[in-house]
Amino acid sequence: MTPAIELIGIDKRFGQVHANNNVSLSIGKGSIHGIVGENGAGKSTLMSILFGFYHADKGETRVGGRDVRIRSSADAIGHGIGMVHQHFMLIDPFTVLENVVLGAENGVLIGPALSKAREELERLARDYELEVDPNAVVGSLPVGLQQRVEILKALFRGAEVLILDEPTGVLTPNEADHLFRILGQLKDQGKTVILITHKLREIMAITDHVSVMRRGELVATKRTKDTTVEELAELMVGRRVLLRVKKGPANPGKVVLNVDNLTVSDGQGVARVKNVSFNVREGEIVGIAGVSGNGQSELLEAIAGIQKPASGRIMLDGYDLAASDPAEVRRLGVAHVPEDRQHRGLVTSFDASESAILGWHHDPELGQGFRLDRAPVIARCRQGMAEFDVRPADPVLLSAKFSGGNQQKIILAREIGRDPKLLVVGQPTRGVDIGAVEFIHRRLIELRDQGKAIILVSVELDEIRSLSDRILVMFDGAIMGERDVSTDENELGCLMAGVIREAA
Amino acid sequence: MANPRGELPAWVDIAAIPLLNLTLALLIAGLVVLVIGENPFEALAILLNGALGSLKGWGYLLYYATNFTFTGLAVAIAFHAGLFNIGGEGQVYIAGLGAGVVGLGFSFLPWPIVLPLAILACIAFGAGWAFIPAYLQAKRGSHIVITTIMFNYIAASLMVYVIINVFRPVGRMAVESREITAAVMPSFRAIGLWVGVKLPNTPLNVTVFLAILTAWGLWFLLWRTRLGYEIRTVGANVDAAVYAGIRPSRIIIIAMLISGGLAGLMAVNEILGVQHRLVLEFAGGAGFVGIAVALMGRSHPVGVVLAALLFGLLYQGGTELSFVKPAITREMIVVIQGLVILFMGALEQAFRPWLMPFFVRQGV
Repeated sequence: MTPAIELIGIDKRFGQVHANNNVSLSIGKGSIHGIVGENGAGKSTLMSILFGFYHADKGETRVGGRDVRIRSSADAIGHGIGMVHQHFMLIDPFTVLENVVLGAENGVLIGPALSKAREELERLARDYELEVDPNAVVGSLPVGLQQRVEILKALFRGAEVLILDEPTGVLTPNEADHLFRILGQLKDQGKTVILITHKLREIMAITDHVSVMRRGELVATKRTKDTTVEELAELMVGRRVLLRVKKGPANPGKVVLNVDNLTVSDGQGVARVKNVSFNVREGEIVGIAGVSGNGQSELLEAIAGIQKPASGRIMLDGYDLAASDPAEVRRLGVAHVPEDRQHRGLVTSFDASESAILGWHHDPELGQGFRLDRAPVIARCRQGMAEFDVRPADPVLLSAKFSGGNQQKIILAREIGRDPKLLVVGQPTRGVDIGAVEFIHRRLIELRDQGKAIILVSVELDEIRSLSDRILVMFDGAIMGERDVSTDENELGCLMAGVIREAA
Repeated sequence: MANPRGELPAWVDIAAIPLLNLTLALLIAGLVVLVIGENPFEALAILLNGALGSLKGWGYLLYYATNFTFTGLAVAIAFHAGLFNIGGEGQVYIAGLGAGVVGLGFSFLPWPIVLPLAILACIAFGAGWAFIPAYLQAKRGSHIVITTIMFNYIAASLMVYVIINVFRPVGRMAVESREITAAVMPSFRAIGLWVGVKLPNTPLNVTVFLAILTAWGLWFLLWRTRLGYEIRTVGANVDAAVYAGIRPSRIIIIAMLISGGLAGLMAVNEILGVQHRLVLEFAGGAGFVGIAVALMGRSHPVGVVLAALLFGLLYQGGTELSFVKPAITREMIVVIQGLVILFMGALEQAFRPWLMPFFVRQGV
């Protein structure tokens, strides 16, 4: 049978970076094909070439056996290729229907297209379990449904091949299961699915074949049945990795942080964190699990002094952080690794050494009085880079030029380096490659063992479970419950979806 | 992921692209000159000779460049804080008021005291005029582009009123103040006569050194102080600034005060250095040229000084050209300047995509 997609000898350079090195890949029609690899391994570049965002320097693309040249996403769509991006390309105030026809209006008047689209949507919903209310406003839909709209958009344009880029990052376990059922349906109907992910368990669960990329090269393509998570991880990193950090039991000491009846509201006065109370003690990691957008970010930012709480107290050593600004919170001994590395954690247009003092730029050792001297700034960055194995260890390289994992290490080095009492970490390994994940996890455990208090917010349940000593699950701004790490994933998943299962 | 600014070698970014842009601007300007029936090469020769061919030309060039350096730096620091200060023109104008008030009001004090006071007054008045839009932006969210534009008009009207009703000596027709004799920036010609060298009569005065010092000072502030770090952080990423415990509203106000103060320094050159009296419209559009200068100089003090020199050349050479070739009017010169701004400011990045494959293929 002719493969749905063939990429032959794809080569792409960005300046000195060889993003795709002679990549050849064949994807069978009616199959689910996974592509895994660390960040910067070239997965996204390869898919962007297939979808017409980039042009390969060399190589051929065949769709359904025919040579094609894909110069733009419109070309790709014309050849029956659809893409569901990691960050949805939807217009929030528009309805589902309007979003689906966007760019396919066919003429000046939108009426006929809309009514045609409505019929088509109903058919697709029936065929693929893709029910969404066509009249719902997209912005008001949960993320899982928004993703369905993205899939519908692609199918509406006649996609035979669907590329999904990290589709489960924003989903609850239940939503992810539903997504996999949809993908299964698509496959049964003869559609081809390309799944880019770094979650190896998903690969094992639903794909037929899996290709591994490393440093721009395609190092292996395997039948999923014939491989294991361990083998894939090793192929991705090029060496053996520990998927789960080893850690001893925690030795919690006195209470460091006491959050009491905390409520945080957003700009519109809607409560995002609702009457939350908990303690964090020395020498323990408290994990806060939950689907992204359920108040964890606001909780983190309130502790860090960025958001002013509407009510409640955040006591650290007798000081109320709720009444402090971020600079004061930092002086009181709270270090904060923000969830959004690119937009908060560092300044991408600064060089690494300048990003490495963000928030600590008033440290007296960095210059006398009002001065900020270059030498100590560089020296501090160099030291942090050595301690955290940042690559390349170049303090004057632009922050934006580091990979996600190395950016995160720069931030961790900065925050941990000041010897905090409490470390608040959001999504420490989001978009970080496996090798770096292992390193970051190990450092967090070490820090715990030195008696620091750590709050860990992550949407990765695996991460929460492997690092935390206690788990708090947040849903809709409230803490649904506290569980220990041995709690099974199903129960945590239910809590994350707001369902409290009675103890049987 | 590819950085949209790409991976061109540094020398291409710093030298080749600006040079290419400048050449293209001159090429198109040459076509315009051709269309009105003049020889573009001759015109270019006259322009260059007018600015660079004599000491007098150089004197004017540097005098213009001094003005543009101040207004360019003013726009540049605002850019670094993520602000677009279009109000340089008004800030310069109001700063003249500071020069006038101190220069005339404190004329009983000796020169070494009045002059620094007058300079400080220029800074303070310029900064003061920038403070109101800054405050409105920081605390009330009024867009600084709109408010600074408005404040240019207010400044213009206010100055007309003040010069006519307050500063104009009774019984005089000319709309200008008494002569400021107490606070004068020495001109090069005067210094030349003093040491016995005869220099041509140009507006060039020692403020040019103040401009260079100021450019260095701004570089130091931005890249070697904690405040500069905070300003650049706010400009680059407000979220990161808030995370770092920097209060953006505070930085917006500080950056605009510095910006207004820098613009105000142009009044030192113009009022204390050249006119020696408060006159109408003395800013003469230099506040707006500062925007182009800052854009072209990539908001870096060194770039600003270089761009100011280029604009000084165009101004002086252009004036000379319109003298020699009546067909090339003053307005034509503005067209040529406009083309330079268009190619070097607005279209600065336009030719990168064409250059990119060339360098990428070379495997650099």
